[in-house]
Amino acid sequence: MTPAQRRMVPLRFALYALMIVLALLFMFPFLFMLASSLKTNDAIFSDLESMRALLPIGPLTADNYTHAFERGNIGHYFVNSMLITTITVSLGLVVNSLAAFALARLEWRGKQVVLTVLVILLVLPFEAISVPLMLLVAKLPGISVGTDGLALTRSWLDTLYVQIIPFIANAFSIFLFYQFFRDIPKDFDEAAYVDGATPLQVYLHVIVPSSLPVFATVTILQALAMWNQYLWPVITVPGEAARPLMVGMQQFFGARKTAWGEVMAYAALITVPVLLAFIVFQRWFVRSVVGSGVKG
Amino acid sequence: MNASGDPRARRRRITPWLFGAPALFGLALFLVLPFLMALILTFTDQRLVSPEPGAVIGLRNYERLLSISALVQTPERDAAGRVAHGYSGEPLYARARAITRTVHAYRGYHPLTDFRLGERRVTVLAKDPAFLRALGNTFVFALLVVPLQCSMALGLALLVNAGLKAQTIFRAIYFSPVVMSMVIVSVVWAFLFDKDLGLFNQALKAVSFGLIKPIDWLGNPSTAMPAIVIMSAWQGAGFQMLILLAGLQGISQELYDAARIDGAGAWQRFWHITVPGMRQTIGFVLIVTTIAALGLFAQVDVMTGGGPRGATATVMFEAVQRGVREENIAYGATIAVVYFGLITILILLQQALQRRRAKATP
Repeated sequence: MTPAQRRMVPLRFALYALMIVLALLFMFPFLFMLASSLKTNDAIFSDLESMRALLPIGPLTADNYTHAFERGNIGHYFVNSMLITTITVSLGLVVNSLAAFALARLEWRGKQVVLTVLVILLVLPFEAISVPLMLLVAKLPGISVGTDGLALTRSWLDTLYVQIIPFIANAFSIFLFYQFFRDIPKDFDEAAYVDGATPLQVYLHVIVPSSLPVFATVTILQALAMWNQYLWPVITVPGEAARPLMVGMQQFFGARKTAWGEVMAYAALITVPVLLAFIVFQRWFVRSVVGSGVKG
Repeated sequence: MNASGDPRARRRRITPWLFGAPALFGLALFLVLPFLMALILTFTDQRLVSPEPGAVIGLRNYERLLSISALVQTPERDAAGRVAHGYSGEPLYARARAITRTVHAYRGYHPLTDFRLGERRVTVLAKDPAFLRALGNTFVFALLVVPLQCSMALGLALLVNAGLKAQTIFRAIYFSPVVMSMVIVSVVWAFLFDKDLGLFNQALKAVSFGLIKPIDWLGNPSTAMPAIVIMSAWQGAGFQMLILLAGLQGISQELYDAARIDGAGAWQRFWHITVPGMRQTIGFVLIVTTIAALGLFAQVDVMTGGGPRGATATVMFEAVQRGVREENIAYGATIAVVYFGLITILILLQQALQRRRAKATP
């Protein structure tokens, strides 16, 4: 160890201490949720005053989880949320990256106008248009699968696809793809065009293989947004059949006393799959955000 | 043969549109069209559930939303012409409410706030004080949360970029709140903010040896918004951290090495290499965070319902409240449109500023 390195030792120690304290601060609401999901309502409140609130100690029970399963049709909601998330994200990847490819790599009239509109759409918050959008989908003709086969319906309300189709095209995703595609050297596709490739072949064989980081980023950001969606299903899906997990949480806040243990158990059931997926993919994801156009 | 007749040229013209069509169609149908519908609704008195179609009422929604007036009063005087004083020594004024109710010019106005100007009292009146208060709350929230969240994120980014071991684990932990749903985060934090039992007050009590009295975080109008600010910064900082980290890693290591050889200290390196090198990234993070902050909704909806006494109501909360819950969809749409206009102006201003600064520093 050089003297300079030895002088750094206390600093390194302080930095580690700081990182650990911060890590605890970032984890403790999550620890509280997990610990409380294993306690009775009384124990949650009596533990609240001390660090016991964050730890699974005292008489523990899995009742909250069994009750949560009894109360709501969790398996069914889970399947709905999975379907909504996976279908929206995978169709979105295709549709948005194709549009970004046209914007970033092809020359056409009207491109500048589309780009400008896209940037304006980026700042349009969903809450601002949610009500008119609801009025719109309430009047769109749809299809329902009933006991007597396929039938035409007069509204999209209370379906799975009302939670999917409006969210496939996404201005932010297009923007992320666009920024990434723009920075890929032009020589690649020019060489391919000289060899007689079509734009679709260039997209498939040149652009997509060199853009995996941005595909990963868009997948994760879009999946999180879809999985955690709340306001939209609350106003468009009143029924049980197409209800997603997040909205199922409402039934725990009844008119009677709230069973907080069950709320926490349900919250843990929603959060843990996402957190696990994140832990598994985190290195890839972090690298993808670092490598993709998110940095602006 | 002209160019448009050449089949290959035509294909070259049509292909980009074919590629863009599905996404552009989706955006047009589910984003642009609803926005235009909202724009049209703002000129009507359409209700959410109503047997009759709404009537066109021109700019009345905007007028109600944005009308502001001021009422200037001199103190009441007694028979001898002396200023009348209340119990605590302040001059007495006629009640503003009594005046707005009786004087025709102030019909429909309600007091928003008041202040003293010499012996006169000025009462600011508005036709919709709740909206203006929400607008103020939204800006206060943005002004508090954007610096806090972004500096937290920058600190975290520097920390996980300092070349220590186990950084990936810490990075993942700092990012983990971002993957949690805001609704769930809000429910959990409501417990931590509890006045009598919540961990925050317990920690404050322990740290101050009981000197700090328990704070009713979410129940007190002056602490409810700061509480939401703290929670929001905690939840979102990991995302900005990641983007800033990307910016940090984009700065060439050689610059740092050269500065170190020239004897520059850590602070000097930070101010003269890191900050200039990150200017673009920081700018991007500031814009994204500001836009997200101005759209504050879920936290308020779950934790406070806009209360206590309207202290945490925000623009988006008011829009949903009026539009959906009070079923006054035309008015809710007006709020949304005004809000969108404000953000657009803000972004245009910011871009103009950036362009000027770019010109100033060649």
